Amino acid sequence: MDYEFHWSIVWRHMPEMLQGAFVTLHVSVLSMLIGILIATPLAIAKLNHNKFFSPIATVWVEIARNTPGLFQIYMAYFGLGALGIHLSPYVAVLCALAFVNTGYLTETFRGGFQSIPKTQYSAAKSLGMSRFQSYRHIILPQMFRRIYHPMTNQFIWAILMSSLGILVGMNELSGETQRLQSLSFRTLEFFIVAAVMYFIITKLVLLSTALIARKLFKGEI
Amino acid sequence: MGLSLFTPLSWNDAGFILTGIWNTVIISLVAILVGTLLGLIVGFIRSASNQLVNALLGSILDVLRSVPLIIQLILFSTYVGAIGHPLPPFAAGSIILSLYAMAFMSEVFRGGFNSVPPSMPLAARALGMNAWQTIIYIRLPIGLRTVFPSWLGVALSVIKDSALVSVIGYMELLRTSEQLISRTQQPLEILIGVGIFYFLISYPLSLYGKHIERKMAL
Repeated sequence: MDYEFHWSIVWRHMPEMLQGAFVTLHVSVLSMLIGILIATPLAIAKLNHNKFFSPIATVWVEIARNTPGLFQIYMAYFGLGALGIHLSPYVAVLCALAFVNTGYLTETFRGGFQSIPKTQYSAAKSLGMSRFQSYRHIILPQMFRRIYHPMTNQFIWAILMSSLGILVGMNELSGETQRLQSLSFRTLEFFIVAAVMYFIITKLVLLSTALIARKLFKGEI
Repeated sequence: MGLSLFTPLSWNDAGFILTGIWNTVIISLVAILVGTLLGLIVGFIRSASNQLVNALLGSILDVLRSVPLIIQLILFSTYVGAIGHPLPPFAAGSIILSLYAMAFMSEVFRGGFNSVPPSMPLAARALGMNAWQTIIYIRLPIGLRTVFPSWLGVALSVIKDSALVSVIGYMELLRTSEQLISRTQQPLEILIGVGIFYFLISYPLSLYGKHIERKMAL
């Protein structure tokens, strides 16, 4: 092999790479939070066959699950741009990620809600709790325990999908790597380091979610 | 009359779009086929071998699953170029996409093989079948029946992920549409068309998967 590896340049740019990794985590966490916030009411609407929101939830879920992530990012960046809504790469990727997360999480939540026995709802009602109270204190805590693991997977998946930001010039880990390698032409070195960093990030996330689960559920998972 | 730099979408572009569609279909099929075959082999090895082999194989597959596909594609196509054997985008793309599919499918198949009660292959051996016959007539059909919906899910995600092969220069549907967008400046119309195409492939298949799943649950 004639290729000579020059690692020193990567170490010199390590602060920028780490900054990129931080943006990757940042956008994934935010997209998950938005996803959870929108998916919870959508799942409840779907289960209650709400006339207005249930069809919206169905269409949302099917579009999110049946089109490529890259298409969704292009839609947010170029498609909305054509309508006069110009988003920055960060916001465009965040919107696309939140859109997909919402789609998948709605289905996950629906399954979670369905796995809670109907008696739990009745019991909450008979204790005099309002609808909101019974969801807040009885249903949601149990549901989140059951769907914690699928939610972790969705989070990992969001981290991996955020790497598509490279195609719209976002400054997350992949995009930053692309920018740095175009300055130095040390493509292999930079992308090998990026791959290792993604691997470490996903492992750290899995580890920390497991620790959080232990704290939250006290071994009941 | 001013000089027009952008020309609108016309029927002359149909051939170009069809080439893109064809390329998307063909690379997805290759990746699903090769991924399934390799996944079957790896999944079977993992369900049948000891812990050491299992841990070793598992960690390799783990890397394939934890590094974004786009990084794998860029790394691989740069690497083969750097060692002096550059591959055309189709070859490099199919190799990485197949390995990616293999990583997920092997896990699906492994679960299927593990779901076969150990007494069944033993009973087959007692009936005088040899090791190969036990695999072909007992383990494969019983193990694979239950995992079909999960396999279909992975296959669908491979079709969607095939869009990423555009980064190493493969002219699949999304890249052709990107070029059309830069010429016509009509991103919305073209992108919605592309989205509908993916949806039309993916949605019926996912419905079919759900249907099978429900049928099996009964």
